[in-house]
Amino acid sequence: MAEPLAWQIATVRAIRAETPTVSSFTLELPAWRPHRAGQHYDVRLTAGDGYQAQRSYSIASPPSREGEVDLTIERIADGEVSPYFHDVVEVGDRVEVRGPIGGYFVWEPGLGGPLLLIAGGSGVVPLMAILRERAANGARPSTALLYSSRTFDEVIYREELDALAKRDRELHLLHTLTREQPAGWTGYTRRIDRPMLSDAVGAAGKQPLVYICGPTLLVEAAANGLVELGVPASQVRTERFGPTS
Amino acid sequence: MDDPLMLDANAVAGDLAELLGFEVTGASHRCGHCGNVAMMGTLLAWTHGPGLTLRCSICRDIVIRVVRTPARTLVDVSGAAYLEIISR
Repeated sequence: MAEPLAWQIATVRAIRAETPTVSSFTLELPAWRPHRAGQHYDVRLTAGDGYQAQRSYSIASPPSREGEVDLTIERIADGEVSPYFHDVVEVGDRVEVRGPIGGYFVWEPGLGGPLLLIAGGSGVVPLMAILRERAANGARPSTALLYSSRTFDEVIYREELDALAKRDRELHLLHTLTREQPAGWTGYTRRIDRPMLSDAVGAAGKQPLVYICGPTLLVEAAANGLVELGVPASQVRTERFGPTS
Repeated sequence: MDDPLMLDANAVAGDLAELLGFEVTGASHRCGHCGNVAMMGTLLAWTHGPGLTLRCSICRDIVIRVVRTPARTLVDVSGAAYLEIISR
């Protein structure tokens, strides 16, 4: 059996803004272990009086990077942990983490494809780890990413996704902006629904492995819609965030 | 079940690994109610109550419950027919 999961003190090595409310934090880990795309770390903050708050954040970086991981964290206005990262943490600070965690919502090149990845908001983070791992790997199964954001400026990794898709004909990006669209927007303009899911399955290819991550109600709608379209439930892996912020 | 508070077992995988000593979401189980066999990562999690409740993704009945007090932790697995933990 694997070594027990222990808390360790990571050092923040870099902070990169992704959108106005989302940043990626590069953590250097003294007890780094290779992770699988889709896994997460738990982060624990301890106040002076001993009160602790703990949250899980998905790993955005691919497993091929040694000694450190990127966690992409959205600032939740009334959150206990994410505002600390966004408002207080600086490069060189130390934070308590444990991981990598999870053996179900994971993808490895050996699992193959085609892949259908569906994200709502910061639910794109573990899917980005999958896309980065896929890009780092020789074999690239046909893949579609259906990604729902509220506005254009809230699309996390937008430029990197565009760059990945530009040089990879097997990667198809389907964006929907549910609240506000820039002039000339050609993507979808509504919440994820059955016709959109049907398009995404068509773009990915037959019998896709499906990974869905986002707010609980979005995940429910997408997973149920896919099953109604004939995708076997056993092919659908989900990661639910809970209520929308 | 349109419950926005519903999560997956993945959300509590770290706590369960610490408690039980193995990576839970990659292990398999058989639901004691409907007989569904699946990875434990498919279990639906409710974490906002005083304890943790994991339900079957098919029949939605309770498979595992965990309650912590300052002195002890109670793990009720009466809703599972078995757990299958792969040795590494």
